[in-house]
Amino acid sequence: MADNRTPADPRPKPSQRVYGKGHQLIGKDYQTADMLAKVTGRAKYAEDFRAEGMLFCRLVLSPTPHARIRRIHTGAAMAVPGVKAILTADDIPVPADSRDDNGNVVKASKWRERALTNEPMYVGDPILAVAALDELACAEAIEKIEIDFEPLPWVLDPLETLRPGGQNPREDGNAWVSPAAPNPPSPQLREVKWTEADFAEYNSGRLPMGNVPDQWSYGNLDEGFKNAALILDETFVTPDTSHQCLEPRTAMAYWQNGKLFLHTGTQSTGQTLSLIAQLMNMPQEDVVFISEYTGGGFGGKVRAGVTMIIPALLSKKLGVPVMMRISREEEHFIGRARTGVVGRLKVGFAADGRILALDMFTVSNSGSYDAQFDGLWAAKFVSLLYQPRAMRQRAISVMTNTLPRMPQTSPGGLVCSALMEPILSKAARRLRIDQLSIRRVNCPEGKAEFGPLVKGRRGHATSCFLREALDRGADQFRWNERTERAKRSGTKVRGLGVALAGHDGGDTGYDGLLVITPQGRVRFQSGIANLGTESVFDVFRAAAEKLGVPWEICDITWGDTSKHLPYSCLSVGSRTMNAMSRASWAVAEECALRLKEIAAKTHGGDPAEYQVANQRVFRKGGGAGLSFAEAGKRAIELGGIYDGHEANPYVNPQTRLAVAGLTGQGLVVSAKDKYPCDGDWFSYFACFAEVEVDIETGKYFIIDYQAYGDVGTVMHPAALGGQILGRSTLGMGHAIGQKMVYDAHYGVPVAKRFYQNKPLSILDIPNDMQWDALDIPDPETPVGARGVGEPPVGGGLAAILTALTDAIGAEVFSRAPVNADTILASLEAGRPMQHPLMAFI
Amino acid sequence: MPETSEQARTGETSRKVTRRKFILGVIAGGGAIAAASYKLITSAVHWQASPGERLITLDVNGMRRRVDVMRQETLAWTLRYKMGLTGTKLGCDRAECGACTVLIDDIPQYSCSVLTHTVRSRKVTTIEGLASPDGKLHPVQQAVMDKQGFQCGFCMSGFILSAVGFLNAHPHPGRAELARGVSGNLCRCQDYNKILDALMHGAEKMGRA
Repeated sequence: MADNRTPADPRPKPSQRVYGKGHQLIGKDYQTADMLAKVTGRAKYAEDFRAEGMLFCRLVLSPTPHARIRRIHTGAAMAVPGVKAILTADDIPVPADSRDDNGNVVKASKWRERALTNEPMYVGDPILAVAALDELACAEAIEKIEIDFEPLPWVLDPLETLRPGGQNPREDGNAWVSPAAPNPPSPQLREVKWTEADFAEYNSGRLPMGNVPDQWSYGNLDEGFKNAALILDETFVTPDTSHQCLEPRTAMAYWQNGKLFLHTGTQSTGQTLSLIAQLMNMPQEDVVFISEYTGGGFGGKVRAGVTMIIPALLSKKLGVPVMMRISREEEHFIGRARTGVVGRLKVGFAADGRILALDMFTVSNSGSYDAQFDGLWAAKFVSLLYQPRAMRQRAISVMTNTLPRMPQTSPGGLVCSALMEPILSKAARRLRIDQLSIRRVNCPEGKAEFGPLVKGRRGHATSCFLREALDRGADQFRWNERTERAKRSGTKVRGLGVALAGHDGGDTGYDGLLVITPQGRVRFQSGIANLGTESVFDVFRAAAEKLGVPWEICDITWGDTSKHLPYSCLSVGSRTMNAMSRASWAVAEECALRLKEIAAKTHGGDPAEYQVANQRVFRKGGGAGLSFAEAGKRAIELGGIYDGHEANPYVNPQTRLAVAGLTGQGLVVSAKDKYPCDGDWFSYFACFAEVEVDIETGKYFIIDYQAYGDVGTVMHPAALGGQILGRSTLGMGHAIGQKMVYDAHYGVPVAKRFYQNKPLSILDIPNDMQWDALDIPDPETPVGARGVGEPPVGGGLAAILTALTDAIGAEVFSRAPVNADTILASLEAGRPMQHPLMAFI
Repeated sequence: MPETSEQARTGETSRKVTRRKFILGVIAGGGAIAAASYKLITSAVHWQASPGERLITLDVNGMRRRVDVMRQETLAWTLRYKMGLTGTKLGCDRAECGACTVLIDDIPQYSCSVLTHTVRSRKVTTIEGLASPDGKLHPVQQAVMDKQGFQCGFCMSGFILSAVGFLNAHPHPGRAELARGVSGNLCRCQDYNKILDALMHGAEKMGRA
């Protein structure tokens, strides 16, 4: 590994930069409340819990990609000493309908994945679970179970099922149709077949483009292409990749007094509670969900996973706690995967590189259950990040008998950067303009528009300073200096890459909840999960700042819904920092109001005559007041809205329940984020990479990498840097080697462990990558913060791809990942040697 | 059953473990319809010495601990499920990720791939035993605290112990050297840059200690 940095490297280290000017807490590093437990091994993840009398269960997974189960013979298995119960699909409750945030009933989809199935849809689909005194007995029993399968047709490749006469992954269809907005119901599965004529270009490596259910457009596409100085028509394939959280989705459950207690890892504590109730078809009030630590979540544990109810059902059946441990291989099967996308873009450029017209077509592989729309989502980001004057997008989401998909960090955003950035690089070379210039000329700015016309207007971003990020990043990376260096030395060729990336970065409408205790401490109740992003703590720095209290008097309760946690956002799509810092700010403002009211009730006058500072509420200009401790005691005396007997009328029912649970503990304050906004939040990145390719071996190294972000206000620099470079590295994995591989004859995945599909190691990347951020507050949120985790993924991937094209040319590869074999074979042949369209190679 | 000196030397157990039981215990599942591949665990509550198990003495975190183990039992299993030292994590159970790394005679090893009976008379250190008895954190632990190293933390124990083992032997590494030293550990959050910042800070602290 190259030790690329030298003392002469002029780039400022993060520790040398100052964020959060004018703030006491926002933008400053601090030690999170979970660190001591983590470094001493005391942090308990789901598999670390034990309960009195606990049994164990193991899963039996489908060996076939599609079948109907005729009969399960369990007699011999049940006779194995120690075996207590066998759970099958017949024991799984029918999922209840749910309600969305507006109170609308959302019907449970008939295609929805259930915890166990009688019609396995992919190799690895859970069929049954065996509970026993120990796992040895489970294994003995599993060997004695006989299952009669009726094999059913199956298909792996999304394009093959779209062919005329192509096999459907299940009887009732092969493609997801999303009914029109607004308030779309669940996507419906339909049969879609294309014609032989549609497939005419398949053998030439160009994505066939048949009829699709989803399309939108704006502007005059024909005129744009007519006026273009250059038109490129490119097909590119992005990989399906397993989420591979290091902690498998082990779950443990028990029942006490009619209440279910369930432990498992999740990305969203509060929102998982409602899913458990829905899957178990039981009242949410009777569920306690515990998840203090989650060993990674990149979209695959948004609301934990459907299999978490298996130990709950077995525990209910047997009357004792049950632990279901999940192995690495099982995690590969049931742990979700990123949707691979085949995309084709026809792009018309003006002579200065400006995109005049863009025609985009994508096919997304949704896998075996829920619909995924990475291609469709990518179109939104393409329209935002590159501001084409006219654009059409067409997309189809196809079901296959492969692993269930779930959005992995930056779904759509990664596809956007992977499809667009190599095209921009190619166009710049053809038009003989600078790589930075072509991106600068297309860059969004300010309240940039995106997406289609809806009711006569397009959506717009809250703010965008991507061009500044591009310029500053280029300076820090010393782009111009690097372009002047010799590219080739012997068999080694260096290449420079740059990529733009963006993704959603916010949401609104969630609740904040805090208690000021009679001891004068400020306790924040957090419904956010602790999955390592630190947002579970970081968002409350905003509330503490607003209240003017030192962090040392603040406590945070998280990870256990019996401790009364409020309604919080799904931690998905990098919305948490924005959404929950808004809620945090709202509850701080509400708290200040209540403190002033308490002071007025105690010392007379109008609440407006009081102010909050220095852990006190007191009359402006000095005079009578109360300390926080006194206010906490006084709140209990006053009751009503002050001590939790009443909740803020606008908060979600889940928060009301939490408020009720906290009643009498001090000043209990709840609030809903109702701050106005009329744009959509996005975060943006400009990413830079330098690679060195050995054209004799095809092997390449990433020499250096830099990411520069426009992420709104920087809340917690250390956590931000971890997110930026960690997610960048996740993206680089898609460039270097991560992918799913299937045996096309048997429909069996062959890359199902780390050693077969290894996430990048510490030696695969430069040992001192750099990041920075503009730290310009977003104008449409009180704290100014936006989410950040998603966009660096696309930036990391695309910066490597564009660097490779700079080193060895654009004709070497037309899909990611790009490995040494690909490079070597293609360089020798003078054209891409991988199959351009086939899935899972 | 107490071990004899001969048994301790040879690792022989008094009862035969069949190949079948060994496979069940170590690689598990494997049937056409079973994807169970974790090593198998027994309930701590129901667990009692069963045929094939024997009582041995281990030196873990400076304490001598008596524990019944199966012949095919891995150290990770013994630590986690019989001693309650759950700071040792299992991410893969196949020597792929390093989350289960512990120090054996101060050398980092994957405890998922070490049979427990082979570490008798050797010194085992887990993350729970790294701090001083008075609770003072090891310099590397403190450095991770200072730098907010790592994200989800599931790989953290293994990384810290790998780093401590490496730094004991290489007290003044360069950044690239230390990266090589912990390259047997995977972080799926891919937070390597910050991890390396923290571990280099730990190296400095160890040098000053």
